[in-house]
Amino acid sequence: MGKDVVLSVRDMEVTFGARRKKFVAVNGVSFDVYQGETFGLVGESGSGKTTIGRAIIRVNPTSRGDVFFKGQRINGRISRELDRKVISEIQMVFQDPMASLNDRAKVDYIVSEGLRNINKSLSAKERRAKVGQMLSEVGLLPEFASRFPHEFSGGQRQRIGIARALIMEPSFIIADEPISALDVSIRAQVLNHLSKLQKERNLTTIFISHDLAVVRFITDRIAVLHKGVLVELAETETLFNNPLHPYTRALLSAVPLPNPIKEKQKVLTIYNPLQHDYSTDKPMWVEIEPNHFVHGNAAELEKYRAITDGKCSD
Amino acid sequence: MENNRKVLFSIKDLNVKFSLRGQMLHAIRGISLDIYEGESLAIAGESGSGKSVLMKNLIGLLDKNGRIESGSIMYNGKDLAKFKNEREWRTIRGSQVAMVMQDPMTSLNPLKTVGWQVSEALRYNQNKRGNEAKQCAVEILADVGINDPERRYNQYPHEFSGGMRQRVVIAIAMACNPRLLICDEPTTALDVTIQAQILQLLKELQAKYNLTMVYITHDLGVVANVADRIAVMYAGDIVEIGTCDEVFFNAKHPYTWALLSSLPQLGERKSDLFSIKGTPPNLFFGVRGDAFAVRNPLPMAIDFLHRPPYFQISPTHKARTWLLDPRAPALEPPEQIESIKDI
Repeated sequence: MGKDVVLSVRDMEVTFGARRKKFVAVNGVSFDVYQGETFGLVGESGSGKTTIGRAIIRVNPTSRGDVFFKGQRINGRISRELDRKVISEIQMVFQDPMASLNDRAKVDYIVSEGLRNINKSLSAKERRAKVGQMLSEVGLLPEFASRFPHEFSGGQRQRIGIARALIMEPSFIIADEPISALDVSIRAQVLNHLSKLQKERNLTTIFISHDLAVVRFITDRIAVLHKGVLVELAETETLFNNPLHPYTRALLSAVPLPNPIKEKQKVLTIYNPLQHDYSTDKPMWVEIEPNHFVHGNAAELEKYRAITDGKCSD
Repeated sequence: MENNRKVLFSIKDLNVKFSLRGQMLHAIRGISLDIYEGESLAIAGESGSGKSVLMKNLIGLLDKNGRIESGSIMYNGKDLAKFKNEREWRTIRGSQVAMVMQDPMTSLNPLKTVGWQVSEALRYNQNKRGNEAKQCAVEILADVGINDPERRYNQYPHEFSGGMRQRVVIAIAMACNPRLLICDEPTTALDVTIQAQILQLLKELQAKYNLTMVYITHDLGVVANVADRIAVMYAGDIVEIGTCDEVFFNAKHPYTWALLSSLPQLGERKSDLFSIKGTPPNLFFGVRGDAFAVRNPLPMAIDFLHRPPYFQISPTHKARTWLLDPRAPALEPPEQIESIKDI
């Protein structure tokens, strides 16, 4: 395809707790993210989507596997310089704009905190200029820098969160449910803003969400997670038109359609994890057709292959 | 056909004001609404449009600083707007009207078992005690789809998942056989798969007990799933009301158009999603004319001067916009909402 891989996650495992209370939140996840794309990560709550995002920016340590960013391994023990580089190049936008901003700090400090740590040579004046510029870039007024977070609405707060991420001039953004806490009309504003900034700065984005309508609208490729395991990964339209894994099908069938006639006739697909018999035949993560990965054992893959082949011969 | 149906609640010209920091906030600006027996009505609108405030009037849960300025809410020959004290409200709350709150994480008491919380409603409203209350509570828990209710009865909310907790909240609301169930954003905090199951459950309960339902939501997908009728609220007023199909396929108010246009399903990939410019009006100051005029992309001069009356489109469908006046220029709804039919 000739696309450059920016981030590559190989066999990632993240566990919480130890020994008896050990809980595997992310289990053997592998995927690549290409330069300039928007990569969607979907799944129900507790499926580990956020944990993957946090493990990439090194908030949660990985217990197995590797994360490569621009060819360098960035998980586990790394040098100080590399750590700084990762911090400035990969930034995260958090879910809840009410909880992720420091109530006691002014917007000026919230937005510039990263700069203070990474770019120490910057004078206070330059820093202030940068904050003002960044605020206007996300559609806020530079005067807002002297205000406190509680003076803003949810949509404005989320923009402050975006400004805080962008001021580091990252090339890679992890947006963790950036619009879930927002209202319908504000949601559109923030989404448009994100995609505009992405185009202007050629950002690569991982977009974590459970709102599939939004994910379909903005992502290039989607990975579906279930209980810490990736079950399917494909280009957005392929996934929506031709889902293979039963969990993906159930998830897609549950998305509410804003059309009263179709929505009222819709048949829900229920996913039962017990339908897989993995006792002898172990499942694998396989590229079943170009750019379409699915998790399954040999018998299931046979079935999936029949579906994709059938589709091709149509 | 609508006229033959029995009206359960009749809200007439309701005005609700809140006093905040010495100022008066006009939260509900003269709403009239009939709720028919056995129907499911969805109230849609942005946050701050007054949808929750409107419904809280039916159950006497208005915040302390709010009061009904004028208007009436007739139910069973009584005017709920005249209720003064908690004793009067207790004859309505729970046994006649119940409410399911948005967030199942915060609407349950973490220190009491789930069973205790369900049977609490029975103790207060039906005077059931001891084993009788427990038996009844277990039945209700089974009714809302909780497996092994005997064991679950003695567990605490933290032992339940989000979807299961919402089922418990529904069980508490259903405990006293209410006639009207108000669901305030019942699935906003839940995942899509769980959301679909909860909506399914609510519809089953409605059919089984002939409930009247009011859904408060901003998710038009949920609205399409559950509603018979839709009321679209903006700035403390119902701007359009009609059957589900009428509002989705034949909307007349520019705000409804804007709301429908901002659906991500209608957006074209890699182009901007439609968004409503500006912010809702500040209800501390009086609203002159049509509240939506300032955000309307194509307003008329009269929108800024006079508040539009309701124009009847069909016996079940009316909208508050000057566009429906015979003197107004013909304005076609935006093209993209035509494609709702193809979603």
